[in-house]
Formats: sequence, C-alpha cells, structure tokens
Amino acid sequence: MEELDGNAIAGQLVEVFGRDMTRAHGACAHCGTESQLAELVVYPGGPGTVVRCRACGNVAFVFVTVRQTTCIDVAGFALDVIS
Amino acid sequence: MARAALSGRLSWQFGRVVELVEETARTKSLVLETPARQGHRAGQHVDVRLTAPDGYQAQRSYSIASGPEDEHLVLTVERLVDGEVSPYLVDELRPGDELELRGPIGGYFVWEAALVGPVLMVAGGSGVVPFRAMLRHGAALGSDVPMRLLYSSRALSDVIYGEELMRLAEREPVEVHLTLTREWPDDWAGPRGRIDGPLLDQVAWPPPQRPLIYICGPSGFVEAASQTLVQRGHDPSRIRTERFGPSGQ
Repeated sequence: MEELDGNAIAGQLVEVFGRDMTRAHGACAHCGTESQLAELVVYPGGPGTVVRCRACGNVAFVFVTVRQTTCIDVAGFALDVIS
Repeated sequence: MARAALSGRLSWQFGRVVELVEETARTKSLVLETPARQGHRAGQHVDVRLTAPDGYQAQRSYSIASGPEDEHLVLTVERLVDGEVSPYLVDELRPGDELELRGPIGGYFVWEAALVGPVLMVAGGSGVVPFRAMLRHGAALGSDVPMRLLYSSRALSDVIYGEELMRLAEREPVEVHLTLTREWPDDWAGPRGRIDGPLLDQVAWPPPQRPLIYICGPSGFVEAASQTLVQRGHDPSRIRTERFGPSGQ
C-alpha cells in the first residue's frame, strides 16, 4: 500500500481547518510521541485516508470525503490548539 | 481573492499550460500561467485535480519546481507506470490546455533565507523538484547561505534539471553532488550506489554545525536517509522530510 506523509494531505487539511496544518504539533494518544502533522504516516486511497503515528502505528486520525463533505475523526492524536 | 484570504480557504483555479519541457524520457515540466498568482514559498506544492467526462475526479500533489521570483508556476511530473494522473499530465497535456489547481500548500517542507544554518538537501529521483525551487530562490536573492544538494538518480539519463543544477552550483555557496545507483558511464568519477553513511559523512556538514536538512523522495529512500543521518548524530528536529509514491531513485 502506498505510504506517504502528512505533506500529502496538506490541501485537504486546509479545507477542514482553514489554514496550513503541516506544522501543527500534537501527541499520539497511544504512545505519547510528539510530532508535527507533516511527519505522520499517511495511507491515501481506499474509502478514506488513514493517518498513523510514525513511532507506534496507532491510528491518529481518519478522514473521508463524500460528495464535497469531509468527515474527520481525530481519535488517536491530541492536537495542540494553536491560536 | 480577498475572500479567499479572509477565510483562509483554498479555492480551485485553472492554470493554462504555456509550455511543456521534456526533462527526461519519463519526466516533463509543466509551465503554467495562473490567474491570481499568489506568491509561494520554496518547497511548497500544489494539488492538481483532473475531472473525467462522467464526473470522476482524481487528485494528486506536485511540488512546485519554480522559484517564488519566477514568472510562471512550474510543476515537474514523473510518469508513473500505473499512475492515474501522471500519464495524462506527461503524455496528453498540450500547450493551451487548462489544468485545475489548488495552492500553494504546505508550511513544513519550506526553505526561507531567514532560516539559520547551512542547508543540506537530499533528493531521491524526482524528489529533486522542490530543491530546484529552493536553489532558484537562493540564487534570486543572492543568498550567501551555504546549500548542498545530494541527488540520487538511477542513471544519468534520469537526472532532472542536470544542466541547470550545474549552473546553479557555479554560485559560491552552492554544491551539487550526484550519485548514480544503477548505471554510470565508464568514466564516471562521482559516487556510485545508494546514499549511505559514508557518502553522507562526505557531503553533509558535521552534526555540530547543525545543518538544516531536507529529504525528499520515495518513502523508503526518505526513511533510509533520515535514519542514517540521525544515527550519525544529526538532530531529528533539524530534519524535514517529504515522501511521495512509488518511484526510482
């Protein structure tokens, strides 16, 4: 399966968050490893895009776009809120 | 434009193909004219979207090959064997055609002259594309930041921007090192084989000089290069990586 990194989803993240998120920091909810979104492992394609922690492989978040609507489930990543 | 700037949202826009430049047998540069030309930062990419007559859409990201100061936006695209988007861009697109684009995008894999430290750029195959933007940006500014490019390519015939890179390397602070991994001419005096520890030791500044390191290429290439650099004492926080799909280096 094609394996990319968070740079590849920068455009979709701007659609959702309204700004560049590749430099946003967060911590893996499973192992606690801190990283920037650009550093996470991204598996595109399939019905949705799966984003995993590079250290432990835990699913950080999943997003699915259907008919112009993007649903994002940030279940495994504590995203630092930046103003 | 004001609306786009206010909301921070990206909008799709059409760029017109001004020129197509054959870089290698598999790679072409698309020179594009875009209506509202936003300045980009060296290293950023754009998303390209193709729409089939039945409405099916496919979207890919491509690094920007032009410098921020250049007149046109340039994307360099490598044709992937089983690609959905790249064969169209490399083989079918013609001057005058329009292409749907969104961007510029990304704030992580970006170089600006104000960043501290000498810059090491490590490229695998078409991973060299964002580094052309960075080198052109440095040249346009007359920047004295030392920049070294270590570029891994399968063969001389696969080298993208070969002549231009040699010209860019004529500037005092710039060095370009090319390693060939599969084929080389009989008289090839440069490095042969994949990028490894000894080659990185030879080309990179030692870790105490804290070079800012950018690595771009296929996933396996980026992983190997970044791990080797960290093992040799480079600070992971000084390493920025960008991976793309299957390709050779």
